[in-house]
Amino acid sequence: MTTYRDAIRTALQTLLREDPRVFLMGEDVGRYGGPYAVSKGLLEEFGEERIRDTPLCESTFVGAGIGAALGGMRPIVEVMTVNFSLLALDQVVNNAAAMRHMSGGQFAVPLAVRMATGGGKQIAAQHSHSLENWYAHVPGIKVLAPATVQDAHDMLIAAVEDPDPVFIFEHQMLYGIEGSLDTKSTPPSPWKAATRRPGKDLSLIAYGGSVHKALSAAEELHKEGVSAEVVDLRSLRPLDHETILGSVSRTHRAVVIDEAWKTGSLASEISAILVEEAFYELDAPVLRVCTLEVPIPYAKHLEEAAIPQVERIVEAARRSMGSV
Amino acid sequence: MTLDISREHALELLRDMIRIRRLEEKSAELYSKQKIRGFLHLYIGEEAVGVGAMHALRKDDNIVATYREHGQALVRGIPAGEIMAEMYGKANGCSGGRGGSMHLFSAKRRFYGGHAIVGGGLPVAVGLALADKMKGESRVTACFFGDGATDEGEFHESLNLAALWKLPVLFLCENNEYAMGTALYRHVSDQDIANNPPAYGVPADSVNGMDVVAVERAVHNEAELVRETSKPRFLELKTYRFRAHSMYDAELYRTKEEVEEHKKHDPIESLKARAIGDGLLTEADVEAIEADAADEIAAAVEFAEQGEWEPISEITRHTYARNLS
Repeated sequence: MTTYRDAIRTALQTLLREDPRVFLMGEDVGRYGGPYAVSKGLLEEFGEERIRDTPLCESTFVGAGIGAALGGMRPIVEVMTVNFSLLALDQVVNNAAAMRHMSGGQFAVPLAVRMATGGGKQIAAQHSHSLENWYAHVPGIKVLAPATVQDAHDMLIAAVEDPDPVFIFEHQMLYGIEGSLDTKSTPPSPWKAATRRPGKDLSLIAYGGSVHKALSAAEELHKEGVSAEVVDLRSLRPLDHETILGSVSRTHRAVVIDEAWKTGSLASEISAILVEEAFYELDAPVLRVCTLEVPIPYAKHLEEAAIPQVERIVEAARRSMGSV
Repeated sequence: MTLDISREHALELLRDMIRIRRLEEKSAELYSKQKIRGFLHLYIGEEAVGVGAMHALRKDDNIVATYREHGQALVRGIPAGEIMAEMYGKANGCSGGRGGSMHLFSAKRRFYGGHAIVGGGLPVAVGLALADKMKGESRVTACFFGDGATDEGEFHESLNLAALWKLPVLFLCENNEYAMGTALYRHVSDQDIANNPPAYGVPADSVNGMDVVAVERAVHNEAELVRETSKPRFLELKTYRFRAHSMYDAELYRTKEEVEEHKKHDPIESLKARAIGDGLLTEADVEAIEADAADEIAAAVEFAEQGEWEPISEITRHTYARNLS
């Protein structure tokens, strides 16, 4: 068994060993060993040229990643959390995403950016948000949300090999989870959603940290005689319409779980896709389980109430089934 | 003081400044005819900066520029026709009609844009230099930006990072005294912009940006020092924009007298006067240059006029390497 954290480190090691163009930069990735201990030991193995501790200047080190990618390198930039990445949004939206198109296809930005996301650790309103939808909104970049140990590994490798800028969101509650890691087989496409648990009565559609809550909810529902399918979106841009529509066309009911605020969320986007493309397949309204519309509070009971929990998913599923 | 350059070189410098001036004048005319739309920022008055700098840099060096980049693009070698076609929004433009006036690009000429977020090009320049350093290239990345960019956090962050990591970036600050319509004294606490970089360990100097020969010498010296030491340097080019910030600008923030005063230092007129005074050039040389520039710009307009519009079916092309399903 391997942890999610170790799986990312294994992928980093593989990439750094195999491709001299690859290097890692970010705040505290070197001497400190990574804020989430992902890059622990890499400085010792690869040296300061390739494991670069940056000053605290998100906009400039993300921009420098863009420049280095333009210059022929394969940079991996770690931004400590999505909350801090807001300081770099100009570089993301105006440069990384736009460069290829506004240059008429002359310049590519093969950049991989990793960052932690999500709440659950009582670190309050400036360290707990889920803003994946801000990124998924932007054409020109791609967005991945690994929910499993295997995906944490495979998606990083796919991101670095991709010719376009790819943003990877690692839910901060997942770094310690354990799972099996296969580094030998060819991984599935990172751009396709995965059915994590098959079911026939309703579809629970989630990504990142919420996938595990959806799986727990499905287990609860099973005890009540409801067969819930769990779809892990995996890629948030592009979205895999086919798998989402395929699942809902079989189950005819959908609950979308998203740790972002409901307004303007990816859950809203999935709901709209279902209404536009599978309206006549639906036997019940599509329901969204999202974070309450407040900055994430510090107190444990308030934070738990703010973000989606298994019980709220189960309740939504019951409503969808018409049993409440 | 004599120019201390060859006749041939005087011809080149004057020719390139006149080419820019005529391209810009034609662009303004075509803007009023609605052939060119969007924002259009003219380089008139600042020609000595682009021409001096481009002549000082090597072909293999990287260039990162701003939204007022027609001049640098032209002297760097992007054909006038491709620049004009880009401003028309045609498919034969240097960015395929997707960029426009503010986003001229050329991979072949290592011209990395045309950046229209003030300060946004600086981190990219730092990254380009980082790539070169890691690959062992001896290239310099020359990054142009205006005085307004020095207000931005990215300016200070980029100086710090380039100095910390010893990266071969030449920061070229085109100080034209205005951040759009806000005068220098109203937007920076220390109006001597060259005072700032040394705080980050980046050596800084200033040069008269209206004197093309002085600009060329200064940029050459600075670029070669960057190349030799693989450390960043900063050069302020003191210049002045004779025309409005963009075509939308009514210029309410400065007086006509102020502009006229600066026009006495027109970089083209002063080079002309000095070169003729030194016996390097004759009036006939200037006339020949003007005639060639007129032909070049006329051909550029024709190239743009003849260009095709990109089919709307191609609109999403180049958003990604491969179109997403």
